[in-house]
Amino acid sequence: MSGVRVLVGTHKGAFVMTSDTKRKQWDISGPHFTGWEVYHVKGSPADPNRLYASQNTGWFGQVVQRSNDGGKTWQAMEGKFAYDGEPGTHKWYDGSSRPFEFKRIWHLEPSLTDPDTVYAGAEDAALFRSTDGGQNWHELPALRQHSTAPNWAPGAGGMCLHTIILDPKHRDRMFVAISAAGAFRSDDAGKSWRPINQGLRSEGIPDPNAEVGHCVHRIAMNPSRPDTLFMQKHWDVMRTDDAGDSWREISGNLPSDFGFPIDIHPHEPETIYVVPIKSDSEHIPPDGKLRVYRSRTGGNEWEPLTNGLPQSNCYVNILRDAMAVDSLESPGVYFGTTGGQVYASADAGDSWNPIVRDLPAVLSVEVQTLK
Amino acid sequence: MIRVVLPPHLRNLAQVKGEVELDVQGQATPQSVLDALESRYPVLRGTIRDQTTRERRALVRFFACEEDLSLDPPDRPLPDAVVTGKEPFLIIGAMAGG
Repeated sequence: MSGVRVLVGTHKGAFVMTSDTKRKQWDISGPHFTGWEVYHVKGSPADPNRLYASQNTGWFGQVVQRSNDGGKTWQAMEGKFAYDGEPGTHKWYDGSSRPFEFKRIWHLEPSLTDPDTVYAGAEDAALFRSTDGGQNWHELPALRQHSTAPNWAPGAGGMCLHTIILDPKHRDRMFVAISAAGAFRSDDAGKSWRPINQGLRSEGIPDPNAEVGHCVHRIAMNPSRPDTLFMQKHWDVMRTDDAGDSWREISGNLPSDFGFPIDIHPHEPETIYVVPIKSDSEHIPPDGKLRVYRSRTGGNEWEPLTNGLPQSNCYVNILRDAMAVDSLESPGVYFGTTGGQVYASADAGDSWNPIVRDLPAVLSVEVQTLK
Repeated sequence: MIRVVLPPHLRNLAQVKGEVELDVQGQATPQSVLDALESRYPVLRGTIRDQTTRERRALVRFFACEEDLSLDPPDRPLPDAVVTGKEPFLIIGAMAGG
């Protein structure tokens, strides 16, 4: 069936939502893994029936689930996560040093070409890889062993590696982002890393232009232009056109440049989406109006998209992994809220409808375009 | 035969219903029971005790015979009533959160 499959992780389980290309009527299955926090669910680009899900509780820890049939059935993987060698230390909120301690997987990024290869971003920040479909996990330790790692410090949500981007043109290149260390790039498949934070400016750290210490919330890439990345930082929306070597601000006329997710139109690489949030201390939409902002100019000039979204008394948040775009001709844009709504637009953001309104708080939204 | 009662989340994860019955080689202790449990259900590795340190996870408790055994040394023999199967070894998710 051609259509889309939306994969939603929530505080109390995962949901799989399918529709045809019209994206008006939805079949919803779930909750899967009921009662567990599901930080992320994502499908393999190489095999759309292969899905991976990260489930976690404070009681029983981390489990990765795998589906081979598009989310109809799931199998818990036995492999666990352990740092490679000495864990080392990072900075704690009070400036003291603490050992890295594994807590959970925030993000799963399947390989672009191999359904059995998948990367996992951890809290405390580390990058893991499985090459056997999630059965066994091995850390790519060079990132955590980077010379700057002892100075990394957690953001308010924990010291999480939340963004993993695989470069489709430069096969050994990948990007990751860590709160609150910043963005990093590897050009040798994870054997070595370098911070790519030049141009970021963060008032909340002693040296606003420091090499690391920036609270990057999310980075997005359009695969057709892999050297151009867009970033939603703690404050500021940024872009780079040289694979992160330098960044410049594109916040322009946004009502607030604080926010979490950012995504890109699949066919128009200069069209980007963000959801402004009032401030770092007030994680609510400005003026109680839920507005997605779209720039068709690569930033700086933004228009609010409000048709179908609540424009009064709305005080939900949209978390960093909770926005996605499909790649149909008229592209769909999707996002989930901490109030449990999942909104879909089948016309690139011009109008919105809720797929569902009353889920647990949404942690992540991904979408697969099914041919 | 040692009877083990898992909390609901772990029963779902291991895809078992009701109690688990385990043959434990040698002396029955929390450690040997968990070794046998994880051997039968590898997916439970890391969910009850840390996979690296093998220490009990902070919000998991062990009860038996109306006693909290959570803080006992992991190699302390379990009560005879557990060893004979009269009483189960209970693995509990601690009341926490609200």
